[in-house]
Amino acid sequence: MNTADQYLKAIYLAQRMEEGPASTGTLADILDVSPASVNEMIGKLEDRGLVEHEKYKGASLTDDGLQRAHEALQTYCIIERFLVNVLEVEEFRAEAHALESVIDDTVANRLDTIIDRPEECPDCFDPEHDCCIHLEACGPVN
Amino acid sequence: MSLGQRVSSDHQLARLLQIGVVLEEVVESRAAHHLESLPAEKRDAVDEEVRELLVEANEESADHRERLEALIDDLDAETVAYEEINALVDAQYGPPEDTDGVLYDQLCNEETAYKFYDDLIDAVEASDTEFALDRDRLLETLYDIREEEKDGAEEVTEIMEHRA
Repeated sequence: MNTADQYLKAIYLAQRMEEGPASTGTLADILDVSPASVNEMIGKLEDRGLVEHEKYKGASLTDDGLQRAHEALQTYCIIERFLVNVLEVEEFRAEAHALESVIDDTVANRLDTIIDRPEECPDCFDPEHDCCIHLEACGPVN
Repeated sequence: MSLGQRVSSDHQLARLLQIGVVLEEVVESRAAHHLESLPAEKRDAVDEEVRELLVEANEESADHRERLEALIDDLDAETVAYEEINALVDAQYGPPEDTDGVLYDQLCNEETAYKFYDDLIDAVEASDTEFALDRDRLLETLYDIREEEKDGAEEVTEIMEHRA
């Protein structure tokens, strides 16, 4: 997954958590990068018509951005579910984050042929727990 | 979250090689399933060229898997047994409608594997981590396998083109 898609996914999750535009600070926390890096990338994504940015409020995905964010989150969900169900990795969140920049969506789609992923994916992803609510390893939903 | 595309530890390298093994096992299993899934009369109609392709794909994936497993051994990690992946493929398998579908799936297999090794090579080359295994041996193995995946994709494409 490339850097732009990782940002779009983070904006999507931040918007769900904040129920509104994603603030620079939240995105910097999710992505573990500096606020300056976030602002620079938001500008690039805005130029490409994927994000709208409102000063002092934050970033929101356009329809095109939302579609790409959905696909990126699906790819991430495949990686997490694969790590838990096939490789039985306990620290699956940290490992999925470390692997997502190296695993392409075509590779994830092939891994998807051996995992049982819910039809509503990625809507069942819980941003607070950083995993799919249907994944037993995700723990109880509050 | 690391936004950089590089392999930064033995652990991460082992995990990526494990994923490579699983991808090879999926190819191996799907090739076997494709042949078995066709009804007897259609199985006879699968021409020799396609049958050979599936048998070759199956053997090549087994060979790639063994070479990856040898690397993983040096990292003190384990791999998922073929039987386990075969069972997972079995549980989710939907057979292609016809021979063209089989070839298309085989092309996806080869292209996906090529992309995986290509990205992995980039990620290893972008890293200055000292791995527990010899970097040259690691890269040589990955270059070889990537080349064979590329040849495999070209072979399927040629068969698809002259069948069209």
